[in-house]
Amino acid sequence: MKVELEADKCVASGQCVVAAMDVFDQDDDGIAILLTEQIGDDQLDDVKEAVAVCPAAAIRLVQA
Amino acid sequence: MAETVAGPAHDGADTVPEFPMPRASRCPFDPPPGLKELQEQGPLAKVRLWDGSEPWLVTRYAEQRAVLGDPRASADTDQPGYPTKASAEAGEGKLSFIMMDDPEHARLRRMVTAPFAIRKVEALRPAVQRIVDGLIDDMLAGPGPVDLVEAFALPIPSLVICELLGVPYDDHAMFQDNTRTMVRTTATPEERGAATREIAGYLAGQIARRLTDPKDDLLSGIAGRVAAGELTHGQATEMALLLLIAGHETTANMITLGTAALLEHPDQLALLRDTDDPKLVASAVEELLRYLHITHLGRRRAVTEDIEIAGQVIRAGEGVIMVNEIGNRDPEVFEDPDRLDITRDARRHVAFGFGVHQCLGQPLARMELQVVYGTLYRRIPTLRLACALEDVKFKHDAFIYGIHELPVAW
Ligand code: HEM
Ligand code: SF4
Repeated sequence: MKVELEADKCVASGQCVVAAMDVFDQDDDGIAILLTEQIGDDQLDDVKEAVAVCPAAAIRLVQA
Repeated sequence: MAETVAGPAHDGADTVPEFPMPRASRCPFDPPPGLKELQEQGPLAKVRLWDGSEPWLVTRYAEQRAVLGDPRASADTDQPGYPTKASAEAGEGKLSFIMMDDPEHARLRRMVTAPFAIRKVEALRPAVQRIVDGLIDDMLAGPGPVDLVEAFALPIPSLVICELLGVPYDDHAMFQDNTRTMVRTTATPEERGAATREIAGYLAGQIARRLTDPKDDLLSGIAGRVAAGELTHGQATEMALLLLIAGHETTANMITLGTAALLEHPDQLALLRDTDDPKLVASAVEELLRYLHITHLGRRRAVTEDIEIAGQVIRAGEGVIMVNEIGNRDPEVFEDPDRLDITRDARRHVAFGFGVHQCLGQPLARMELQVVYGTLYRRIPTLRLACALEDVKFKHDAFIYGIHELPVAW
């Protein structure tokens, strides 16, 4: 699976970083950045959690 | 302001329940039974407010998140139909971006997101741990009982937010007194106005000083935006005011309510006291945020274009209130929702709201609560209420729900 992030929607809640530390990080202004686009099966649950808790609907999971 | 309260909007209005509703006297940690009833009946209900207006109450989790994520639901208190919380709130000035819509909301919010990033907040954890340990040392050094609000719950977020903004903690009594007036629903417009002006005047002075003599703090960052012409001095002051107020009473009330709730659930308290697993502590924080929900008057919005919610069209100009407190007890999302269970996965709660206004301070609030819940009960394992739960004064009369005074002993 592949993760997509629309950074201009991001409101810097930090929720994705809490849910999936090894996939998301934040830049100096707190805006989310992707550490990797391709995610492994072991990261899928955490990324699904990030999609569910993102308040700004900025994260999507797509079939690679 | 003249107090002319409008009559009921239409006939048959006496079947429309009033909001807010009273809690059951023996259940200070549960939402009002009347709200649970409305939730069982359906996702939407009309309620009547203090001024006779009749906005929609959105009772269920999925619909609440949908409305809070919808740009047609405006946070601008000047929009027609916006459901105001109390007479004291009507006609008040804007409290910066919490009461604005995008794109202006986003422009202003992004100016102050940096210090709330997870890494920056984590870097503050050792300092918060020292503050918490110091306050516990002081409590243990003196005789009990003490008021946990004054001795512990208020100083923690005060010290942290003063540090972050860069204002001297010596001035904290002025902020604490004035913020308490500002969040008291029974305050008169004059009292609220005076309290707001006193803090705003102070912050305006602090910002002005940083225009010529910047330091390494958030107020200097805000002053820099004024210097760059991106903010007026007035906007900068409102922004500082929002951060100061939002960071104070909220966290303090979660500390006292959480402690009172845990003391009433000794099995859950024991789990927390006996663990050194940060994951369980973090999970307890999420569950207590879900279970308690201090912003009990709901997230409020005015609808600017017709929207459909659960088959019902809400017209432009109507108000909507999302009471997250019952969203967090929605049985569709949380199994056995009225049970406090710190081991459950409560991360999807809406205690910080949802959508673009979701709490900016949440990483900081979470970290502070993790340090508090992870330390207080371990260091004072015999902590107990020093009065009967029935005698604890809960803040039914405040914008932020919580406890006025919590006498504890050990
Ligand atoms: C446990 C503690 C806290 C709770 C339960 C809480 C709750 C909330 C909620 C529900 C909102 C959404 C308002 C809306 O949608 O209308 C909000 C917004 C906000 N909170 Fe918090 N909060 C807490 C602590 C903090 C702290 C420590 C700060 C930091 C200084 C803070 C700063 C803010 C700000 C600036 C906003 C406005 C965000 C915006 O409009 O974009 N909060 N908070
Ligand atoms: S969860 Fe969404 S809004 Fe929050 S930081 Fe991540 S992308 Fe941004």
